[in-house]
Amino acid sequence: MGDVAIKVEGLSKRYRIGARRYKHDTLRDQLVAGLQGILRRGGAAASEASFFWALKDVSFDVRQGEVLGLVGRNGAGKSTLLKVLSRITEPTGGRVEIRGRVGSLLEVGTGFDRELTGRENIYLSGAILGMRKAEIDRKFDDIVAFSEVEKFIDTPVKRYSSGMYVRLAFAVAAHLEPEILLVDEVLAVGDAAFQRKCLGKMDAVTKDGGRTILFVSHNMAAVAHLCAQALWIDGGQVRYLASPDQVIAAYLASSSREEPHLSFRDRPEQAPGSDTIRLLEVSVVNDEGRFAASLDSRHPFVVEVVYEVLKRSASLRVGCRLVSSDGIVILSTNDMDSTSGERDRAPGVYVNRCRFPGEFLNNGRYFVSVGADTPMVQSHFNVEREISFTIEQAGGAGSQYSDGRAGFIRVPLDWDVRREG
Amino acid sequence: MNTPTQVIEPSRGLFDLALDEAWESRELLYFLIWREVKVRYKQTAIGIVWVVLQPLLTMAIFTFVFSYMARIPSDGIPYPLFALTALLPWNYFSQALSRGGGALVSNSNLVSKVYFPRLIIPLASVLTPAVDFMLAFGLLLILMVWYGVAPTWGIVALPLLLFLAFITALAAALVLSPLQVKYRDVGHLIPFLAQFWMYASPVIYPASLVPEQWRLLYALNPMVGVIEGFRWALLGSKSPDFTLMAVSAAAVLVMLVVGVVVFRQMERTFADVV
Repeated sequence: MGDVAIKVEGLSKRYRIGARRYKHDTLRDQLVAGLQGILRRGGAAASEASFFWALKDVSFDVRQGEVLGLVGRNGAGKSTLLKVLSRITEPTGGRVEIRGRVGSLLEVGTGFDRELTGRENIYLSGAILGMRKAEIDRKFDDIVAFSEVEKFIDTPVKRYSSGMYVRLAFAVAAHLEPEILLVDEVLAVGDAAFQRKCLGKMDAVTKDGGRTILFVSHNMAAVAHLCAQALWIDGGQVRYLASPDQVIAAYLASSSREEPHLSFRDRPEQAPGSDTIRLLEVSVVNDEGRFAASLDSRHPFVVEVVYEVLKRSASLRVGCRLVSSDGIVILSTNDMDSTSGERDRAPGVYVNRCRFPGEFLNNGRYFVSVGADTPMVQSHFNVEREISFTIEQAGGAGSQYSDGRAGFIRVPLDWDVRREG
Repeated sequence: MNTPTQVIEPSRGLFDLALDEAWESRELLYFLIWREVKVRYKQTAIGIVWVVLQPLLTMAIFTFVFSYMARIPSDGIPYPLFALTALLPWNYFSQALSRGGGALVSNSNLVSKVYFPRLIIPLASVLTPAVDFMLAFGLLLILMVWYGVAPTWGIVALPLLLFLAFITALAAALVLSPLQVKYRDVGHLIPFLAQFWMYASPVIYPASLVPEQWRLLYALNPMVGVIEGFRWALLGSKSPDFTLMAVSAAAVLVMLVVGVVVFRQMERTFADVV
C-alpha cells in the first residue's frame, strides 16, 4: 500500500501544433489540408513534425501530505501536467494513479459569472470546483469572512473592484478540502497582504490537514517556503527532483540564455499568454536599432516587448524587470508609468518600448524578465530571465581605472570637491 | 484509510460512458441551470415577463401574417390558439437546440480550467428552456379559457411529448456542441438548422396540409409528433399517427446513443482545442 498519493509513470502528452490554443480550423481548412495531403503524399515525416510533446515520459511520486513545487520555464509543461492530473485533458501515453479526491485551482474565479452576486457566485463557483451544496452552506460564513467583502455580498460581482473580486474568488478556492490540491500560479494576483494570507492558509492546511499539494510557481521564495520537494520540468521532461533549495539553485543557474532576442512568432503554440494577450517577442535593442547581446555602457538601449492583444482590454499592464546575474531584481517598470500611449487596447499587435539611459547600469550581465497582467485580476504571462545582455565598460564615469566598481548602478553623479581649510 | 484510487490513462473503450459520474454531479447540473435562468433576466426591466411576452408577440405576428393575410387553415381551431399550442413546444425545442449546440463553446472557460463530467454542460443548456416552457404554459391555459376550449384526457401525455422534444434536442446538442468546439462553422449553421426544422414541423400550418405521399417521411421528424400531440392533447384535434411517432422516437433514441458515444469520444480533447 504505502503512502503514495500520486504516482506518475511514463506520462506523455502530445499536441498537434496549431490546434492547441489559437487556431480554430474550419471545415474548409480541413478539406483543403486533406486534399493537399493526398496530392503531396507527405508521409510519416511530415505528420511527426506537426506534433509537439508537451510532456514526454514523466515519472515521479508524491507522498501523502507532501507539498511538491513545480518549477520550470514557460512552455516547459508544468501547466499541461496539472491539466492531465486534474483530468481536464487526457494523456497520450503513460499512467497516473491518484489516491484521494482531487481539487484543482488553475485560475482565480473559475466559474464566476459577472452578472451574479457575490453570494450566488460562492455557490456556483463552489459547486463547479467540486463542493456539495451542504458543504458550501456550512462554510459560507467562513468564506465571506475570509474574503472581507461582507458588505457587498449581495452586489453583482461586476461592480466589485478587481481586488474584491480576486479576494472572493480565492476565498472560495481556499475553502476547498480535497485530499489532493493542484495549484497553478494563482498566487500571482492580489495584493501583497492578501497573498500572505493565502500562503498562510495553504501552510496551515498542509501542516494540520495532511493534504497533498502540487504547486506551480515562478515565485522561488514561495516554493522554498512551502514545499518539501521541488520538481524541475524542462522541455516536457523531469530534469531534477530534490529538495527545493537544490532544485532552485540548479534551475536559476541554468535558466537563462545568452541572447538578446526571444521570439514566439514561429511557434505560437508555445507563446506565453492568456485569452487576452500573448507574447510575441522580447528583445534588447541597442541605440543603432539592432538586437544586441553586449551594450556600450555609455549608450542608451531599449527593451522591446511585442505582444498581441486578443481581447479588447482597458487595464492591461505590460512591464519588465532587470535582474542581476545572481537573481536580484534591480528595477521593475511597466507601461502604466507612462502618461502617453494607448490604454484601451483593441485586438491587434502592439510594441512597447522602454528606453533605458546610457551611463546607468554598471558593467556585468543582466537578465530581462517581462510580464503582463490585469492588475489584481489575472496574470497573463510571466517570462523570467529568458533573455540577457552584458554591459561592457566603454568609457564613462570611473573608466579611467580598470579596477571596476561595486553595485549595479553607475550613474554619473555630481561631486563637489573644494578646499575648506 | 479508505480513499478511492483513480487511474488516469489514455482511454480506449468506445462505450465507457461514465454515466455514474454524471449522476454524481447532479448538484452541479442544478447550479448550472439555476445560473442560466438567473443570468438571462438580470438587468432587464420586466424580467421574467419576457417569458410570456415572447410567445404572445410571436403568436400575434403569426396570426396576422399566416391566418389573416395568407389564409392558412388551422383545422377549425382559432388560429391564435392553434399557433400558441405549437409555439410552446417549438420554442422549447429551438432554444434547447441552439443553446445546447453552442454549450461547450460558450462555457469554454470552464472546459479548459476545471474537470467535471462534460455531459453536464449540454444537458444543463437543453434543460434550462424547460423553465420558460412551464411559465409560458400558464399563458396557454389562460388563452384556452378565453376561447372556451377544454383539454382532452390526452393532457396526461404532455410530459411524455415534452420529454421526446427534450431527447431530440439533447441528441442533436451532443453531436453539434463537440463539433462546434472544432469547427466554429457549426455556430453559423445552427440558426439555419432551427429555421429549416421549423418549416419542416407543423408550427404555422396544420400537418393535414402536407400531401399524402410525403406524410411518412414528414412524420419521421420527431417534432411533428410532438406538436401534433400537443394540439391533440390540448385542443382535441385529430390524433397524431402513434405508429409513426414510435418510429421517430426510436430513431431519436438511436441518435441519442450515437450522440453520447460521439460526445464521449471527442470529450478527451475538448480542453486542447476549445
